[in-house]
Amino acid sequence: MTTLAPRRRSTNRGGPSVGRPGAVWALPATLFFGLFALVPLVMVVVLSFTQWSGIGSPRFVGLENWTDLASDPVMMKSLWLSVLLVVLGVVTQTPLSILLGVWAAGHQKNRAVLSAIYFVPLLLSAAAISVLWRALLDPNFGIPGQLPWLFGDGNLLGNQAGAIAVLTFVGMWQFTPFHTLIYQGAARAIPQVLYQAAQIDGASTVRQFFSITLPQLKNSVITSMILMVVGGLTTFDTVLILTNGGPGTDTTITAFYMYQQAFRSFDFGTGSAIAVVLVVVATAISLLVVRLSGYDKMQSEQEGI
Amino acid sequence: MKPRPNYLAGFGSIVWLLVVILPLYVLVSASFQTRQGYGTDGPLAVPTTFTFENYANAISSGFGLYFVNTVIVTVAVVLIVVVLVAPLSYAIVRSRGRFATGVFRLFLLGLAVPSSAVIVPIFYLINVVGLYDNLLGIILPTAAFALPVSTLILSGTMRDISPELYEAMAMDGATPVRTFFRLVLPLSKSGISTIVVFAALQAWNGFLFPLILTQSDSTRVVTLGLFNFQSQYGVNVPGLLAAVMLSMIPVLLVYLFARRALVQGLMGMGGK
Repeated sequence: MTTLAPRRRSTNRGGPSVGRPGAVWALPATLFFGLFALVPLVMVVVLSFTQWSGIGSPRFVGLENWTDLASDPVMMKSLWLSVLLVVLGVVTQTPLSILLGVWAAGHQKNRAVLSAIYFVPLLLSAAAISVLWRALLDPNFGIPGQLPWLFGDGNLLGNQAGAIAVLTFVGMWQFTPFHTLIYQGAARAIPQVLYQAAQIDGASTVRQFFSITLPQLKNSVITSMILMVVGGLTTFDTVLILTNGGPGTDTTITAFYMYQQAFRSFDFGTGSAIAVVLVVVATAISLLVVRLSGYDKMQSEQEGI
Repeated sequence: MKPRPNYLAGFGSIVWLLVVILPLYVLVSASFQTRQGYGTDGPLAVPTTFTFENYANAISSGFGLYFVNTVIVTVAVVLIVVVLVAPLSYAIVRSRGRFATGVFRLFLLGLAVPSSAVIVPIFYLINVVGLYDNLLGIILPTAAFALPVSTLILSGTMRDISPELYEAMAMDGATPVRTFFRLVLPLSKSGISTIVVFAALQAWNGFLFPLILTQSDSTRVVTLGLFNFQSQYGVNVPGLLAAVMLSMIPVLLVYLFARRALVQGLMGMGGK
């Protein structure tokens, strides 16, 4: 597993400065990245105060996009739907991926084989997954048509509750393997001493799970949740392909609404304003998760061992 | 490790196995059935018909070209990422002073920029430089957004190179260029293969940038092709699923032959 936090080794920084690379080595990548990621981040704020239809130059209109957005009922509804889908995603994926991750952390042969299969959804693009599920859930040619006792008329995407359930389920199918991997790596890093001590004390497996495994996985839970929040708020490919925001605007989440405003209604100013809202909300929720969990002032989980 | 039986997780793992496998079974079996056969048998049944026609149709209706386009985009993205990230990581790990730390912080900050939040300015920029509906227009932003994670991965690998080796090179009077090619690159092979796989996956499975930056058939990539295919032939489920299969084959091959690098590359995706 790749650790995202860099390990600092001061020894590499000491020593003579002979033969050390200069700033010029870092320049091409920094410029390239600045141009395509950091400049756009500033530009999206600027563009949110303009009107631009994709032709000609953006025209400055002050706060117009923002005041329009504040009184736009679809925008308000989309924010609520985004939060709902993110919460549903976190609630369904977190327990499942913790269980699977801890289970897959064992080195038994059968677990390795199953883990390799669990992995497959991760290899597929969001486009492939959405197209696959849309075909599977087709009211006429799909699975619901074959199992009427379970799915009723089979038109799952025809009503809001059904469409939200489908998006949640497909999200689960798509992303659980990834979060499972996070927990698998973290569970393998838990010192075995803890379990040996617990066994000596006569703690049951369940007790060990709740008293050792879960607390030790706390950092991973936070990482995984932040990824779910940011990813869930900002991606819209599944919504675009599976429901196209419908029925009506019943699954028009904010990210999809941004796409619609910018690239279908050619109102790039409003699209930019929505993008700014998304970045602010995603960052705010991530910070909130970090603050509530005490991650920012947390010591190592292995303190005292 | 002493195996501790975990029945709850064991049971869950079997249920989840079914949930994962069932759609994949339908995907494979439907893609080899005739349209009529699939219509009468239904998705879950054991197929009674067998044909390669769906694949032939998918390729002749444009997927051959989409495939070539995607290969071009993927190779170009991988080249750009490796060529930019290798010297960058070397500088981050070995440069003196605040500069390297500052650059590293910048890329850490970049991890938090979701690509979908900046699609409007990127659309604007690509239009201004005249790369709309051009494969290069997909390549540049895709490569840029693969940089932060790749930098984290590769600088991590390069930090593990022992300082004594650098000192030995310096004693011999080696220039940074020589140190980079003779010492750093050969010892960073595992990190480089991880970022190659990561960047390739991003490019191959990328959907957002092609969606907003291309429109014509000649610049279409596989993911966008699937989306268009669905809007046009949504009722032809076997044909559609054969196209999905085609889009996955290269990734499945990598999975079979370079699993370790792939898993690490996928974990890198967490930064997105």
